Amino acid sequence: MYAFDIERPATIADAIKALGSGETQALGGGQTLIPTLKQRLAAPERLVCLSGIKEMQGICTADDGALCIGGGTTHATVAAGAGAYPALAALAGHIGDPAVRNRGTIGGSLANNDPSACYPAAALGSGAVVITSNREIAADDFFQGMFTTALEDGEIITEVRFPVPEKASYQKFEQPASRFALVGVFVAKYGTGVRVAVTGASEGGVFRWSEAEAALSSNFAPGALKGLALSADGMISDLHGSGAYRAHLAGVMTRRAVAAAG
Amino acid sequence: MPKDGGIGASTKRREDIRFLTGNGNYTDDINLRGQAYVHFLRSDVAHGRLNKVDTGDAEGMPGVLRIFTGKDFEGVGGLPCGWQVTDRFGEVMQEPGHPVLAQGKVRHVGDPIAAVVAETYAQARDAAEAIVLDIEELPAVVDMKAALKEGAPKVHDELKSNLCYDWGFVEENKAAVDEAFAKAAHVTTLELVNQRLVANPMEPRVAVGDFNRSTGDSTLYTTSQNPHVIRLLMGAFVLGIPEHKLRVVAPDVGGGFGSKIFHYAEEAFCTFAAKALNRPVKWTCSRSEAFMTDAHGRDHVTKIELALDKDNNFIAIRTDTHANMGAYLSTFAPSVPTWLHGTLMAGNYKTPLIYVNVKAVFTNTVPVDAYRGAGRPEATFQLERVIDKAARELGVDPIALRRQNFITEFPYATPVAVEYDTGDYHATMDKLEEIADFKGFAARRKASEAKGRLRGLGINCYIEACGIAPSNLVGQLGARAGLYESATVRVNATGGLVVMTGSHSHGQGHETSFAQVVAEMIGIDASMVEIVHGDTANTPMGMGTYGSRSIAVGGSAMVRATEKIINKAKRIAAHLMEASEADIELKDGQFSVAGTDKSVAWGDVTLAAYVPHNYPLAEVEPGLEETAFYDPSNFTYPAGAYACEVEVDPETGRVTIERFAAADDFGNIINPMIVSGQVHGGIGQGIGQALLESCVYDENGQLQTGSYMDYAMPRADDVPFYRVDHSCQTPCTHNPLGVKGCGEAGAIGSPPAVVNAVIDALQSVGKNVTHIDMPLSPSRVWQAMQG
Amino acid sequence: MPEVKMTVNGKPASGQIEGRTLLVEFLRENLGLTGTHVGCDTSQCGACVVHVDGRAVKACTMFAAEAEGAEVKTIEGMAEADGTLHPIQQAFQDHHGLQCGFCTPGMVMSAAALLAESPTPSEAEVRDYLEGNLCRCTGYHNIVKAILAASGQDVSRIAAE
Repeated sequence: MYAFDIERPATIADAIKALGSGETQALGGGQTLIPTLKQRLAAPERLVCLSGIKEMQGICTADDGALCIGGGTTHATVAAGAGAYPALAALAGHIGDPAVRNRGTIGGSLANNDPSACYPAAALGSGAVVITSNREIAADDFFQGMFTTALEDGEIITEVRFPVPEKASYQKFEQPASRFALVGVFVAKYGTGVRVAVTGASEGGVFRWSEAEAALSSNFAPGALKGLALSADGMISDLHGSGAYRAHLAGVMTRRAVAAAG
Repeated sequence: MPKDGGIGASTKRREDIRFLTGNGNYTDDINLRGQAYVHFLRSDVAHGRLNKVDTGDAEGMPGVLRIFTGKDFEGVGGLPCGWQVTDRFGEVMQEPGHPVLAQGKVRHVGDPIAAVVAETYAQARDAAEAIVLDIEELPAVVDMKAALKEGAPKVHDELKSNLCYDWGFVEENKAAVDEAFAKAAHVTTLELVNQRLVANPMEPRVAVGDFNRSTGDSTLYTTSQNPHVIRLLMGAFVLGIPEHKLRVVAPDVGGGFGSKIFHYAEEAFCTFAAKALNRPVKWTCSRSEAFMTDAHGRDHVTKIELALDKDNNFIAIRTDTHANMGAYLSTFAPSVPTWLHGTLMAGNYKTPLIYVNVKAVFTNTVPVDAYRGAGRPEATFQLERVIDKAARELGVDPIALRRQNFITEFPYATPVAVEYDTGDYHATMDKLEEIADFKGFAARRKASEAKGRLRGLGINCYIEACGIAPSNLVGQLGARAGLYESATVRVNATGGLVVMTGSHSHGQGHETSFAQVVAEMIGIDASMVEIVHGDTANTPMGMGTYGSRSIAVGGSAMVRATEKIINKAKRIAAHLMEASEADIELKDGQFSVAGTDKSVAWGDVTLAAYVPHNYPLAEVEPGLEETAFYDPSNFTYPAGAYACEVEVDPETGRVTIERFAAADDFGNIINPMIVSGQVHGGIGQGIGQALLESCVYDENGQLQTGSYMDYAMPRADDVPFYRVDHSCQTPCTHNPLGVKGCGEAGAIGSPPAVVNAVIDALQSVGKNVTHIDMPLSPSRVWQAMQG
Repeated sequence: MPEVKMTVNGKPASGQIEGRTLLVEFLRENLGLTGTHVGCDTSQCGACVVHVDGRAVKACTMFAAEAEGAEVKTIEGMAEADGTLHPIQQAFQDHHGLQCGFCTPGMVMSAAALLAESPTPSEAEVRDYLEGNLCRCTGYHNIVKAILAASGQDVSRIAAE
């Protein structure tokens, strides 16, 4: 790692102030950032550590029934405390491993938008609202391609609001080495329709599978997906699977998610 | 029931206490006063001409003590190769130099170009980034067959080609083998890849060099399976330090699996730099660095043909293998695809004619050398896969086909130059059928099918050769070292023993099992025996631990030394009891005179040896300390039969291991608990090879699997509990313990069982899939099912 | 250089650190607690697992500064002061749950975290919980067995020793 200073603000306001000057970078749980720093792939002058900000941690239910999760809430906390949204709790409980889940945060994961991460699928699949230090961003507008989001410099995710669906399931097919999603599909059924978000598969990062959404909105059953397939064009192709394989897996995982959602 | 602490007892490991409490002493735990740190600047291109290494800006960076480049090592020897193979035409192999730091060219990603020594590791790394390199990138050769084509870029300009050697074995049999194929009733052919693996012991390599200016002595602390071998190679061939001025210490070693046998550049560098700077110099390898610097394993591309007569008897085997050497010859690399592979091609079967051809090839990749099993997994995999394929082609039961062709009479001289002393392959197969519950398979398959999964059962047999020896034979085969082992048994006045051995443990529990051997021989409690290893300063010259040799060779040396101790102690006891030496018996730590009630205790005799007041000084020297060197007359030949049951998810191609059973014959066993543990670990690695692991380079020689993000290591949820059995025991006839060795068996026996099981699963639903190259990743299995 | 203060194995510990000093570096280099190991640089092997405020974390993926004021427990803090092994440590010895010992401290710390969360886990739960702990020696057989035994479950019927 290159040398840098660490600041540990206790409030969002102090964090924003600290992030506003010089070559700074926000440090969530650090489970991705620290390995990146070890490789010397980033050279911030200062890290602003968000883990000490109490107001960014915890889970509550909003008046409209949405589940509100502080941006600094760890995966372990969500796994244990998001009982109101079981599919989300299950997803959080299978990110990385237990030690990673004790440090990694939802805000950090969404801000990084790794194309193989799980949380982007949940946020997009739930039509969540990402609340930052200065605005609210709909998930549909938040994810802008691999490792790219609508966040601006110095802006941090303070909360994520998940509308709670009638039924939902996340099915992850793991890449054998990293255990990130080779393909992960989040399916959520709302009164207004079904959302299907696919992570791990596309070169464009997490995306919604609109044909599947339409089919499932009229008939929420695995059979409704019959004949639907994603194109292999634009899918990630690497050591662990071709684009065609990922496209195929997305179909399988979607069916399984619908079946599991019941 | 054996006595706890004696031979045959599952004695708990004494070394566990320090490992479990955080008190192990691994090399990275060693920090010497005033130590400096080195960071190696490594090539990021696979092949290039090193036009200039400009260290000017870096020299003045904070904390920098000195920057070394290839120029500093021009007067120093290169890293030596310990085995010279002679090819089919009687020519010795092409043997390129291997400088400590690159000179003139870089030949693989990770090749060290410069070494920055600084006050802190971060300063060294900062300065390394300020070194300006002028590297003219050259086309890289990665694929072995392409590397052998006329006009291919040469890894080493001074060599004739990228061919290290073209080995034929047994060359004289070639014509007869071809003739047998011409008249065979059936020939089964299989082309396969035994993929490149990375050993990945959990402890990365570390080296700490130290120099004492007042004595002129150098010391190297290193993560090694064989400190004496490192002392010999580094002292004599690289740095020119006589052995009495060089001490090599390998403290607790966190796994090795072969990768810590070899002498590495970083060891020589730290020793050299410590003297140059008159300060200790430490290098700790990161895992990312390990992927591009630890010697890799396997990497064979093979075509095997099996000829059968009309009664399904094996009549001949012919193989054609390309073996990757990487960019340089690692310490024992040339021996792996030849003498550790060709000699095992008979397997457990009485095939009368065998011909093995191996072309070893230089490529712009990390050097390849021994990894758990080394040559024997490659031999077993191709043989057991082609037999399984033959059984399917012929429509016969794969177990019956194997049984029909088993060797049943021992000793048995194979057509590939080795003689199996003992074995009973039907017995291990019988045991396997029992513990694997073959009878219940049909019902289990049905249950799998009910949940939409395909189930397959794969079996295989293996034979391996451990404790490579004898020295005079291996010398003829090209070894540049002896393959004996040593032990010094020092008995203290009050009766306790210290056994100093040239074997070394990197997880095998020698401190426990070796003590059991000596304690049993004398009839004392194992707690009275201490094992000392890993330090050239206080152990006799020995060859270390690899090739499942430690109990068979090292244990035998210990037996010989202990026998000398007992013989001398009996002479002393005879004197004390005024009896004839011939009448003295030793039992349970008591010397007695046969047919009388006279006895003296072990402690009385040891005390007399050191306080020789009442002592036959004219005939017997005082003291009780003996050394033995043991050079075996043959390899040992453990063998066994393995079974694996898998489920395949036909929609995703994902394979899960549902059951695994291993029936091994290791001859006599010292500590069954430790032996089972060795088999478990080997099976875990074998499953890793079969389903998960693969070291991949792209066509430009860039490493695609440079971390655990892309190199899939087996995890706890990738494997089941294993059922292992080693009750079939045909003792080795030529070592005093009757032991055969167990360290590599699991890794040798398991990959073909897994692959055979997957093929069985796919064929059970009519898929015409006859082979899938390892690792059988979900995407590969799914792809194969689409055909 | 700023100073960091925390409690390690029940005793106050402090030291001068840089921003980039990892918790594992602070433990190993500043405090000399070398039982916590480093086996990778991508947060996967788990040889460095320690407990921070009662939760398992990878000490190689947390800065020392982030542990300011925390209660840290390492492998050195597991046995009793008189040397009596913690029941998990004892089970690892009894069931041969370690070979080279390098991954062992992380395995024991992860096992302790698991049993704190789930006192009698199933085999599948144990295997799942160890996703972030790599062992290259044991094939995991005896590690899983040892953890089940440490939880008080009968392991005598698990496939032969």
